Amino acid sequence: MDKLKIDHLDLYYEQFHALKDVNLTIQRNAIAAFIGPSGCGKSTLLKTLNRMNDLIPGCKITGEVKLDGENILAPDTDVNLLRKRVGMVFQKPNPFPMSIYDNICYGPRTHGVRGRARLDELVETSLRNAAIWEELKDRLNKSAMSLSGGQQQRLCIARALAVQPEVLLMDEPTSALDPISTAKIEELAMTLKEKYTIVMVTHNMQQALRISDQTSFFLLGEIVETGETERLFSKPRDKRTEEYITGRFG
Amino acid sequence: MRRVFDKQLEELEQTMIAMGSMIEEAIDKACQALLDDNTELARSVMEKDVAVDQKEREIEGMCLRLLLKQQPIANDLRKVSSALKMITDMERVGDQAADISEIVTMQSGMNAVLSKQLMQRMAQETAKMVHSAIDAYVADDVDLAREVMATDDVVDDLFTQIKQELIQHLSRDASLGQQALDLLMIAKYYERIGDHAVNIGEWVEFSVTGMYKGEELQ
Amino acid sequence: MRRYIQNFRRYPGSGLLHLICTVSMGLVAGTFLLLVGYILITGVPELKWSLFSLEYNSDNVSLFPALVNTLLMTGLSLLIAAPLGIGGAIYLAEYANRGSKLVKAVRLTAETLSGIPSILYGLFGMMFFVTSLKWSYSLLAGGMTLAIMILPLILRTTEEALLSIPDSYREGSFGLGAGRLRTVMKIVLPPAGSGILAGIILAIGRVVGETAALIYTAGTVGNLPDSLMSSGRTLAVHMYVLSGEGLHVKEASATAVVLLVIVAGMNALSAAVAKKLTKG
Repeated sequence: MDKLKIDHLDLYYEQFHALKDVNLTIQRNAIAAFIGPSGCGKSTLLKTLNRMNDLIPGCKITGEVKLDGENILAPDTDVNLLRKRVGMVFQKPNPFPMSIYDNICYGPRTHGVRGRARLDELVETSLRNAAIWEELKDRLNKSAMSLSGGQQQRLCIARALAVQPEVLLMDEPTSALDPISTAKIEELAMTLKEKYTIVMVTHNMQQALRISDQTSFFLLGEIVETGETERLFSKPRDKRTEEYITGRFG
Repeated sequence: MRRVFDKQLEELEQTMIAMGSMIEEAIDKACQALLDDNTELARSVMEKDVAVDQKEREIEGMCLRLLLKQQPIANDLRKVSSALKMITDMERVGDQAADISEIVTMQSGMNAVLSKQLMQRMAQETAKMVHSAIDAYVADDVDLAREVMATDDVVDDLFTQIKQELIQHLSRDASLGQQALDLLMIAKYYERIGDHAVNIGEWVEFSVTGMYKGEELQ
Repeated sequence: MRRYIQNFRRYPGSGLLHLICTVSMGLVAGTFLLLVGYILITGVPELKWSLFSLEYNSDNVSLFPALVNTLLMTGLSLLIAAPLGIGGAIYLAEYANRGSKLVKAVRLTAETLSGIPSILYGLFGMMFFVTSLKWSYSLLAGGMTLAIMILPLILRTTEEALLSIPDSYREGSFGLGAGRLRTVMKIVLPPAGSGILAGIILAIGRVVGETAALIYTAGTVGNLPDSLMSSGRTLAVHMYVLSGEGLHVKEASATAVVLLVIVAGMNALSAAVAKKLTKG
């Protein structure tokens, strides 16, 4: 079942044509990976999926992005509600400078969840789902800034999960982390796909290969090739894909 | 980009070629020893088999290091893993050349019953198959690999011819039984070498196309 | 010391720089100590209870009315300038298009205004508030003038404080579906609080120390004000007048001590508030 369907998407930053006629479907309960050299448009596409690009002045988009068949680029879309449904984890862990508990509660409170008991429950389930409950349960009132980078990133995942999204966008979520934290996040992503649909931008080819079900290779604003991950990495159809994944690009 | 890796891959190919020429030479010399009834030459072939085994170890080590350090992907991965599979067959070819030589050292006077020409052709054909298979590997040449596989029919044919000839000899003179059976074994070894060359060709095909015996390897 | 000399021998350039920095630090600290010491030594012996009497007259140049006026003036100007400055800064940093012409123009104006000598504000205040609006010399006219004077300062420091909050916080908040207002109120303002307060402390310093802009707007009447429309002098103006007359130099010294204590007290208070805000 298709969760996201991108149709003839073009994106411009002022005069710069950042995405060119992008067409892509992303399956429900799967991990889709975007790979490609820096500045190829993969992060831009990711940010289009929850309309974070709206914040960038001079950004113009044409085409359609359908979430469960509904065009999220339509002008009457409630962007705040969209971002609740399509959560995001950023490249650098960005916990808010407040307690662990308040970090998790920020999203739910934004969307009107009140009451200590309900929030307590949400905090626990979110942290459990992000596989960090055991580490943090005794220090929920400590500042989130006191955590290690890997813990901060899992906290950010938990924070994104707390608003009960359907899709999770991850923009190079492990590029700032050590190998052990990276492994934990990868493991987590693979368990999370049972409940969520995950779209991940990564510069780490091995990571895309290890955890994703589908991979798209971007170059200069275009998707050169999309395919089942194992197929794409064992038998790329496009010469440019092959050059890129075998490290002979450019 | 990846100049070091490309150089290491080239080194691997060169070592494969070196191992290939070692076993080609073994096939040739074993045949020469048989035809000339030269036990001295036969012994030297047997002794050199140790070097072939060492070459296999060396290539194995190279491949494992490449897998570990360079984490090859796509065609690079196939190139390295094919080499790992190919050298097993190549090592067996070396063993069989040594086995032929061993029979030569134990028996003499086989020439009486042998059609020199047929045995020589078998040796030539199989040596060529091995050579072409490795050339195909280095040049990523699927057509050449397929040609190698097709040549197997020629070798099988030669084997049948030798068998027929030996049966004829036996029916005329039953006392030649010992020599005839030894020669049949030698011919069988050559026929096996042909089969190994086919295996090598199949791995070359996989290395280039990603298809092994017409199927995806998953 | 031995290591210092060793270092100097081995790397003369870096040793020299070290020496220059040490000497500069000594001079700066020395100047501060000298200044504070001078004020305290000349001022403290002159402190008398009579200086704190409610009435000012030529026999007893009481500083108490000026003290009250100082507090009133500070409160009044901050009450006007702080909401405007902070609000404007929030607009510039959070709502306006960053790098747009408007933002650049406002920033340039604010920077220029904060470099203007205060006497110009005084003249403007006199012409506009005192004369045109017919407020005459009054605390209100003075307060408004000072408010205009400190507005660019508060605007710029607040904007700096807001811009120093990493965009990753804002992205995180928007990414969770929070709107602009919630993001500003809950995510951006709390950690920027100490920076904003630092700006306000600077503004307080300027108000408390101001004379030129006040003489022509709030006047120099030495008594307690009846209302905001009365004229009145702040401590700084009080000192200026006393020194200018040359008759009450001792009282002027005592006033300096009080002024010093007030500034120190206000700074301490602001720091405490900032600490509480950022922790909460």
